Amino acid sequence: MSNIFRGFGAVFYKEALHVRRDAGTLFFSLTMPLLQMFLLGYGIDTNIRQINTVVYNADGRRESRELIDRLKNSDTFHIFRYVQNDHDLNDLIIAGKARVGIKIPVDYSDRLLHNMSAQVLVLIDGSDSSVAGQAINVTNAIGLDESLRRVLKDRAEFAVEMRPKLLFNPDSRSPNFFLPGLTAIMLLNVTTFLTAFSIVREKERGTLEQLFVTPVRPFGLLLGKLLPYLGIGFFELCLILFSMHFIFLVPIHGSVLLLAFLSLPYLFAALSLGILISSKAASQAEAMQLAFLPILPSVFFSGYIFPRETIPAILYPISYLIPATYFINITRGIILRGAGIRHLWTDGLALFIIGTLLLIIAARRFRNKVIMA
Amino acid sequence: MANDSKSSTGAAIAAEHLVRRFGEVTAVNDVSFRVEKGEIFGFLGPNGSGKTTVIKMLTGLLPLSGGSATVEGLDVRTNSEAVRERIGYMSQNFSLYFDLTVAENLEFYGRIYGLEPARLKRRIHEIVELNGLGPYMNRLSAQLSGGWKQRLALGCAMLHEPKLLFLDEPTAGIDPVARRQLWDLLFELSSHGITFFVTTHYMDEAERCSHVAYIYYGKLIADGAPEALRELPDVQPAGTERVEIITHDVTRALRLVREIRGVRSATIFGQSVHALMDESLNPEELRAQLLKGGVAVTEIRPLSASLEDVFVQLTYKHQALHEGAHE
Repeated sequence: MSNIFRGFGAVFYKEALHVRRDAGTLFFSLTMPLLQMFLLGYGIDTNIRQINTVVYNADGRRESRELIDRLKNSDTFHIFRYVQNDHDLNDLIIAGKARVGIKIPVDYSDRLLHNMSAQVLVLIDGSDSSVAGQAINVTNAIGLDESLRRVLKDRAEFAVEMRPKLLFNPDSRSPNFFLPGLTAIMLLNVTTFLTAFSIVREKERGTLEQLFVTPVRPFGLLLGKLLPYLGIGFFELCLILFSMHFIFLVPIHGSVLLLAFLSLPYLFAALSLGILISSKAASQAEAMQLAFLPILPSVFFSGYIFPRETIPAILYPISYLIPATYFINITRGIILRGAGIRHLWTDGLALFIIGTLLLIIAARRFRNKVIMA
Repeated sequence: MANDSKSSTGAAIAAEHLVRRFGEVTAVNDVSFRVEKGEIFGFLGPNGSGKTTVIKMLTGLLPLSGGSATVEGLDVRTNSEAVRERIGYMSQNFSLYFDLTVAENLEFYGRIYGLEPARLKRRIHEIVELNGLGPYMNRLSAQLSGGWKQRLALGCAMLHEPKLLFLDEPTAGIDPVARRQLWDLLFELSSHGITFFVTTHYMDEAERCSHVAYIYYGKLIADGAPEALRELPDVQPAGTERVEIITHDVTRALRLVREIRGVRSATIFGQSVHALMDESLNPEELRAQLLKGGVAVTEIRPLSASLEDVFVQLTYKHQALHEGAHE
C-alpha cells in the first residue's frame, strides 16, 4: 500500500511512449555527439605545426641557409615567403599572414666564422599564446643546439641529455585527448536537457498538477521519469565509446565495465541537475536557456579543453564543484591511462556526493515552488 | 475501508475553519463548509480569491495552516494518499498527454491508480460507453476538439471509480453544446451518488448546482442552496422587492431609475432593467416617473434574485465591512 515507488511502472511506460513518439528529438540528441566527435576528432589538432613564417635573410651565405633549413626541418615553421627588407617583414606579421618573422643579419656568417656571437631576430605574434610559446621554445632550442655543435665541433656527446617519454598518448593524437573528455560533456548535455524537458513539458501541459492529485508517490514519479533518460544516457555512452574506439581508433587501456559503472554517479548528478532546472523553468524555452548554464563551466573549468592548471587561483575551486571535472578524470584515466577503481574511487564518490546534494536541493525546490505553489 | 468512510458524519467534504497562509498573506481565511454525498457543489469566486488553494488543501497537496478537513471521511492532514485514491480531479486545461492516443491516456491514468488489467479493461469499456469516445480510441489526443478533450479528461479522472470528483473550471473555453452535454452527464452521475466539486465563472452553471459557495479574497461569503441564498436578508432586505422593467431604451431607463427615490440598485439585463426597490414604491408610480423622463415601459414584473445578484450584494456588504474595519 505505502510503496514509496508507487506509480513507477505506469510513469516509466508512458515516458517510453513519449520517447518513441518524439523520435526526432531522440535522433537529434544521439547524433549531435557524433557530429561533435567528428569536429573535435578530425577538425582540431592542438599540436602546433607549420606556423606561417616569413624570412628576411640579409646574409644569404651558406651558414644562414643552413639555419633556415634547420628551422624548416623542425616541422614547427612553414616558411611561405622570403622578403628583402624590414618593412615587408613587419607588414606580413601585422597583416596576420605570418605569425613569425625571422631576420638573419648581414654579418651572421662573418661573426660565426670569427667565433663571435651572432644574433638572429625572431619576431613573434603574441596574440595566440600557445603558438607564441611553441615558436619561442623551438627557436631557442635550435639556437642552443647550433651553439653547442659549434663549441663541441662534433667531438663529444652532450654531458646531460634529457630523454622525454610521452606516456599514454605517445603520438600526441588529439582524438585521444579530446574524445574521452567529450564523453563527459555530451552525457551531461543529453541527460540534463532530456530530463529538464520531460518535466517542464508536463508543467506546461498541466499534467504534472494532475499527477500530484493521484496516489503516485514523488519517488515513483521521478524514478519513472528519469530512468528512461538514464537508459538513453547509457546508450549514448556506448555509442560514443564504440565510435571513439572503432572510428577514431582511440585505444581503451582500462576496463569498459568500470567506466560504465563509474558513469552511473555522473549520470545521477546530471539527472539531478535536470530536475533542478525543471523546478525553476516555467517553459521549455526557459529550460533550454537554463540547461546551457552548466555547460559553459563544464567546458571551461573541467579541464576538457584547457588544462585546469591554467585556471586563475580564485576560480580554481569552482572546478571542484563541476561534475564533469571528476568524470573527465575518470574517462581519461580509464581510457588513456588504464586506471583502475583504486585510482578513481574518490572521483566516483565525489560525483555521488554532488549528485545527492543536487537532488536534495532539487527536491526541496520542487516541493516548495512546484507542488505547493 | 468501508468503516473509514462511514466513521465521519457522512459528508463527502467537511471543512472546518480552514486557514492557509503564504508568508504574510492569508490566502484562505477561516473557511468552513460541508458538501453532502451526491451533491453538485459549485465553488465560485474571482480569480486569485483562493479557490485553487482550497482545492489543493482538500486534496492534500498543501498543508493546512489551521483548521481541519475530512474528504470522504478521511483526514486530509494525515491520510492524503488515501484521499487521493478516492477522488478524481480534472483541471481546466484537460491534463492529457497530447502525444499519446486516447486509449493510451486512459490506460496510463488507470495504471497510475493501480487498476488491475481486467478491471482496467472493464472500466475503459464503461467509460467509452458513457462518453462515446469509441471512434477516437487510436487518435492522438492533440487532434481532438475541446469538447472531446474534456470528455476524455473526465474519463481519465473517473477510471478508478471515485465517489468525489473535483472539476476545476471544466467548461472554460468549450462550445455551448459540449458544455450542456457535460452538465447532463454530471447530473446523471450525481444521481448515482457521485459528488461533484465544481469551480466555474459561469453564473448559469452555478444556478444548476444543488449547493453553491462563494469565496471572496480568502473569505467564504456565501454558502447554501441557490434558493436559500436568494432569500438571504442581505440579498433581499425586508421591505424591498426586485422588479424587471422591460423597455426599448434600457440605457436611458437605467439612468432615470437610479435617480428615483426608493430605488436601491439597478442594472441592465438584456432588454430590461433589473431594480431592487422599496416595497413602498408603487410600480405604477415608477412607470409614470419613467414616462415623464421620456421612456415608455412595456412591462414591469416581479423578479426573484439571480445568483449574480446574490454574489454582487454579498460582495458589496463584505467590502463595506472590510473598509469599516480599516477606518
